[in-house]
Amino acid sequence: MYVAAKGGERAIENAHRLLAHERRGDKNVAELRLDQISEQLSLAVDRVMSEGSLFDRELAALAIKQARGDLIEAIFLVRAFRTTLPRFGSAEPINTGDMRVQRRISATFKDVPGGQILGPTFDYTHRLLDPALEQGFIPEEPAITEAADLSTPCITDILGSDGLIEPSPQGAEITGDLTRDPLRFPAAHDVRLQNLARGDEGFLLAMAYSNVRGYFRSHPFAGEIRFGEVEVEFFAEDAGLTVPLGSIELTECQMVNKFNGSAKEAPRFTRGYGLSFGHSERKTMSMALVDRSLRARELGEDVVAPAQDEEFIMSHSDNVQAAGFVEHLKLPHYVDFQSELGLVRKLRQEFADANEALLVEEAAE
Amino acid sequence: MSTIAEMPSGPGDKVLSAQSTFRSVMNAMARPASVQRIAALADAPAPMTPAMAAIALTLFDHDTPLWLDAQIAESPDVPRWLKFHTGAPVVHDCGMAAFALIADGGRLPALENFAFGSVDYPDRSTTVIVQAESLNAGCAYELRGPGIKGTATLQATIKPADLFEQLRINEVLFPRGIDTILVADDAVVAIPRTTRLITKGS
Amino acid sequence: MTQSDIQNIKRKALMTVLAHSVLSEIAEHLRAISLPAYENLREPENGLVMLRGRIGGDGAPFNLGEATVSRAAVRLASGEIGFGYALGRNLEKAKLIALCDALLQSQEFAATLEEKVAAPLRLRLLGRRQRRAGQAAATKVDFYTMVRGEATS
Repeated sequence: MYVAAKGGERAIENAHRLLAHERRGDKNVAELRLDQISEQLSLAVDRVMSEGSLFDRELAALAIKQARGDLIEAIFLVRAFRTTLPRFGSAEPINTGDMRVQRRISATFKDVPGGQILGPTFDYTHRLLDPALEQGFIPEEPAITEAADLSTPCITDILGSDGLIEPSPQGAEITGDLTRDPLRFPAAHDVRLQNLARGDEGFLLAMAYSNVRGYFRSHPFAGEIRFGEVEVEFFAEDAGLTVPLGSIELTECQMVNKFNGSAKEAPRFTRGYGLSFGHSERKTMSMALVDRSLRARELGEDVVAPAQDEEFIMSHSDNVQAAGFVEHLKLPHYVDFQSELGLVRKLRQEFADANEALLVEEAAE
Repeated sequence: MSTIAEMPSGPGDKVLSAQSTFRSVMNAMARPASVQRIAALADAPAPMTPAMAAIALTLFDHDTPLWLDAQIAESPDVPRWLKFHTGAPVVHDCGMAAFALIADGGRLPALENFAFGSVDYPDRSTTVIVQAESLNAGCAYELRGPGIKGTATLQATIKPADLFEQLRINEVLFPRGIDTILVADDAVVAIPRTTRLITKGS
Repeated sequence: MTQSDIQNIKRKALMTVLAHSVLSEIAEHLRAISLPAYENLREPENGLVMLRGRIGGDGAPFNLGEATVSRAAVRLASGEIGFGYALGRNLEKAKLIALCDALLQSQEFAATLEEKVAAPLRLRLLGRRQRRAGQAAATKVDFYTMVRGEATS
């Protein structure tokens, strides 16, 4: 129960003033500019865009600055902002096969057509803190090789041509939109992916880890991970024309899992899929693993692990919802607590009375 | 039929005019039967009146399916004007519509055909916008309900003549139901689902 | 292919180059043209577009998340209507794209627009893409196999 209480306005106002002061920190240190955040903390920006479910680098950078680097708070700010804008419509589905790749690797085939393109990666770094970055540091210009042909066929197409892997589910229609319709179970595949795409990276990572560590006996391979630029197109009703909107950066992950087959189906590989804004491999890999485990019902697998339970996963993946529920506990619950307090006092009194009666009884015997 | 090149352009300051129109509609909803004025009337092709056009620019977007009555749907320019300025999709089944635009009240479909919303989401109902002949002269309707202190009287000339009798379905449907907005010239009157007709004069 | 199909392909090609260019680049090149009078058919506005991916990369669509988009529509005094759409929140950029789209449809301006605006911006865009592709290509792995055991000859 909540009861409106008055007072505290000045305290709140002053707390916000203090917050603004603390956010700025030591004024002898130069203030952060948004382009510095966007350029130099670009992976934080990518995460805020992904989980904020809004592609806009400047807004994400502003949110990070305002939230003092608290990414979940920044994601909340971005989610709140998006409700202030009208929606013009939905873009044409993005074709990730046409991605201008900056990075593309496969853990399944060494000699994958198109090659292993490492791109800007933390992989193979030694994870040693680099003192050179403490001071101004000017990196070397990147090496350039005259790119002949960077066309990179999808791994799943290569396996698919031999029937060794299941095809993707086909269809032209979206069945639901989480930003418009409330969650319902069982959820369709497209709605599950929308939920995972905006889901918390930490939560998905833990669930994916539980999958591979043993709760759900899965033997995944990273069939392919790619990161790069894709074109976005939109059918503009007013112009009566499909118009290009520009390009965005995406990360895509195709996970390949063994499927032993059943009486009706021959053994083959199944797939799990991950896609997110910007460069975020951990997120898309986790998403792909959880996407696969959530297909238990469809593939007739026993639901034994948390990561196979779509209600559990989808209801708890959103960090804005989760933080809202957990953090609301710090708001005043004075009246709630008074009634609990009264009840506990009453129960203690009853307990004490009963004990006393017992002692009297024992003494009498 | 005019080409898009001859189409009336939108209002100069979209945000300000939308805010002012929104406030008029909100006040109308909060004070049923009261006559509110729309200040930022929008240029619109006939038979859509400037007041309905202003409401359209304010409340309609890609997420609000529209149902148009025959007079509006068959007009050469209104559907294209709506699509260009609001992006709202037009549906043929009025049970799918978030808003219904009625220029010819005499041919208003039976209200049962519109969406009433669900018990979980009563807001997913159709708001019916009717162009009335007059909202200051004609039949006197005595109304009561939330937002009205005691009773209020609305003088109006509306088609269909039995609109308020038809709206009685709201009594049994609540919390589901139909909200109605009446427009004439620059006047707007709202009859939300909680408003009841007491008496009707002549 | 009809005349209007060809025109639409040209319009799309122009919009692609402009959507990928930044406002200052477009404005700078447009200064080389003496512009005709025009009006906003609809005030430029910011909004959202829901972006979609495909399940498995090639299957049924799903909603990935939204992106901010600016759009504008302008009308030249001579009647041509242009539309401008671009990712981001830059009303002026959307307006200039709409203006260029209208100019492209005008007999009087199409050729100048191509020469003064579209061509140089296209060159700049291709240069940027080529540089990025070259940087990625330099990180492509050349595997060499270790020969095990003694080679017999």
